Amino acid sequence: MPELGRAALVVTLGLSVYALVAGAAAARLGRRRLAYSAQNALVAAFFSTLVAAGVLLAALLRNDFSFTYVARTTSEALPTAYTISAFWGGQEGSLLLWLLMLTGFGAVAVRLNRSWARSLVVWVVPVFAAVGVFFSFLLVAVASPFATQAAPPDGAGMTPSLQNPYMLAHPPLLYVGYVGLTVPFAFAIGALLSGQLDERWLVATRRFTLFAWTALGIGQLLGAHWAYVEVGWGGYYAWDPVENAALMPWLAATAFLHSVMIQERRGMLRIWNVLLVILAFSLSLFGTFLTRSGVVNSIHSFTQSSIGPWFLAFIAVVVAFSLAVVFWRLPLLRSPTKLESPISREAAFLYNNLLLLALCLTILWGVVYPLLSEAVRGEAVVLGRSYYDFFLRIFGLPLLLLMGIGPLIAWRRASLRSLATTFRWPTAFALATGVVLLVLGAGSSVPGLVAYTFSAFVAAAIVLEFARGTRARKALGAASWPRAFSSLVARNRRRYGGYVVHAAIVLLAIGIAGSSAFDSVAEAKLARGESMEVGDYTLVYRSLDEQQVANATEVRATLGVTRGDRDLGTLEAGKNAYTIEQQVSNEVGIRSDRLTGEDLFVITEQIDPDGTIYFRVFVKPLVNLIWVAGLVFLLGSVITLWPDAREQRRLVSRASEVGVPATR
Amino acid sequence: MTAALVLAAVLAVACVLAVALPFLREPEPDSDSLDDLDEGERRRLELLEARDRALAALKELEFDHRTGTISDEDYRSQLGPLRREAAGALQAIEQDGSGLSPSPAGRDVRSVGEPRS
Repeated sequence: MPELGRAALVVTLGLSVYALVAGAAAARLGRRRLAYSAQNALVAAFFSTLVAAGVLLAALLRNDFSFTYVARTTSEALPTAYTISAFWGGQEGSLLLWLLMLTGFGAVAVRLNRSWARSLVVWVVPVFAAVGVFFSFLLVAVASPFATQAAPPDGAGMTPSLQNPYMLAHPPLLYVGYVGLTVPFAFAIGALLSGQLDERWLVATRRFTLFAWTALGIGQLLGAHWAYVEVGWGGYYAWDPVENAALMPWLAATAFLHSVMIQERRGMLRIWNVLLVILAFSLSLFGTFLTRSGVVNSIHSFTQSSIGPWFLAFIAVVVAFSLAVVFWRLPLLRSPTKLESPISREAAFLYNNLLLLALCLTILWGVVYPLLSEAVRGEAVVLGRSYYDFFLRIFGLPLLLLMGIGPLIAWRRASLRSLATTFRWPTAFALATGVVLLVLGAGSSVPGLVAYTFSAFVAAAIVLEFARGTRARKALGAASWPRAFSSLVARNRRRYGGYVVHAAIVLLAIGIAGSSAFDSVAEAKLARGESMEVGDYTLVYRSLDEQQVANATEVRATLGVTRGDRDLGTLEAGKNAYTIEQQVSNEVGIRSDRLTGEDLFVITEQIDPDGTIYFRVFVKPLVNLIWVAGLVFLLGSVITLWPDAREQRRLVSRASEVGVPATR
Repeated sequence: MTAALVLAAVLAVACVLAVALPFLREPEPDSDSLDDLDEGERRRLELLEARDRALAALKELEFDHRTGTISDEDYRSQLGPLRREAAGALQAIEQDGSGLSPSPAGRDVRSVGEPRS
């Protein structure tokens, strides 16, 4: 039923246009029923988009190749799970997912806040609707997922590297992150348009921003793990433009999540915060543009399309309009308070913001440089890994250190004597760690050693904060140490949940430093029975087997692995030849040491007809801490996201004191 | 094809009804104006935010002092200005009038941030 899908998208477009026009008119003229009508249109747009999404999903599951999209992205032999993931595997489907999430986020954000922040929500609806108009227009007029054709006997199939369980979660999570950043953007612009720049827009969007940021972070880690196990080049992050596209809005959102605390506590950085929200949203649009326009040469740019100019024009409109509104409201955004001292927690947050933004803009420059150089010089010059690695060290290492410094400094100002006392133990622990690592031979990589030392400082600061806080809660009357600990976290979810997230970043930093600065690599062409050595490991190439599965021919080499005198069993690595897609993928062999977090990573670069294989083997110390960091990051985010009843009561009480409904 | 068109029509009609619902429910309301915050209410909201900010800062200062993150010297130097800020916010709310409670749940600013004995 492609007609139903098309009609549903036309209805969504109509509803979005109505919500934009009626919502703007209602907000400007103060018309209550018109405002509610516009809100209903936004909610209805979600349901009509849901119908369109249902039609596409049904077509995918039925292998209805009369849908051009289905024929292009799936095949009869494709397993059902990957057939479902084809929904977001192509351009049109992923745009439909964007629209579905956008209208969903819009409907939920409006429903949750339309009582206690009614006068603000009225202005938020047309902003959501404007973004909805753009995406529904694209889907109706430029890139319809419901184009039809005479059905071929089978589809073209899916790119083999996408046939991986991670692809079931990685792209949707990134989209949740990208689209979720629309919520703070819509509320910020709504607040600017209405002139209601009190705290309500921050309170209304806090959890949405955190949720989107968490999804973006976890989505990137899943993507990194997918690249590690599936793409088969020996790493997990290649500074690919599309990987960077997800990292940039995450960095901008991270800066916002920190600087917003300064606004909440000190009433400062109001202009900075709205600018960060605008930047994060614009970068999320840019990320979608990069992924789907095919403008940059990337392993992710599976499609070359005509949506690029539309996206660029929309991003330009969003940036220009948003900056114009900020400029218009500058008098209302000026802060009554100033930074009291360069040695204070807010100053540390500010330095953190500057570094995050510098890193974000450096990456942006690296992403757009090939496009600019091609436009100016006629030749695309790609900035390589060394460019990004350099700036990651320049900005990332101080950022890591600041993560430990910030929580130890007082708000407003701190005396040097106080700093000396507070920093005593973390500094001693960090220096001791550095010296021990130097003795153990970690001095072969100075950035790696510095990363470890800074990580030790941050870890000590976090442990100290938890220990001191728990002791204080115990002194205040908690019945036991576990109760003191749990009440500490429960009463300060944002603060201590944030520390857990910081702990995740420490694990991430240790994992990245270990696996990139202290890794080993060896290459060899082996015949059966021959062996090679890498690090402490010895690998013996034993056999080569081939088997046919549903959609591919699998070839696997078996290697015996020993470390010193210890037999560690066997490891398989090889290639898959996908019949329909006519592509070959590397299927790497990985042996993880759960105790040390180290991986032995085997790639079969080339398999000759006589059975000899060109192997590339890595030893990656501590790499598994990167994936553990994901779990810790999720835990910290959940703690931070968990509703705080006392804060809710405070907000409700405040709202009722000015006569707005005391419910959220 | 026909079934699809019928379903599409049903969807369109349902959406139109949802959009028209506020007008169908209240064809002739007594008032159709949004009960937006007026200037006075906005000012009150800002004052209340300033009050909550100051009280939260005092509370956090006290907790950080208890944990040892803030030294006695820094604590003493910050306590006075923070108390004055909180008192100023409460005073501004009282002057603004309109029957507002100066602090949530009748809390006294002196009870927050008392020096550790």
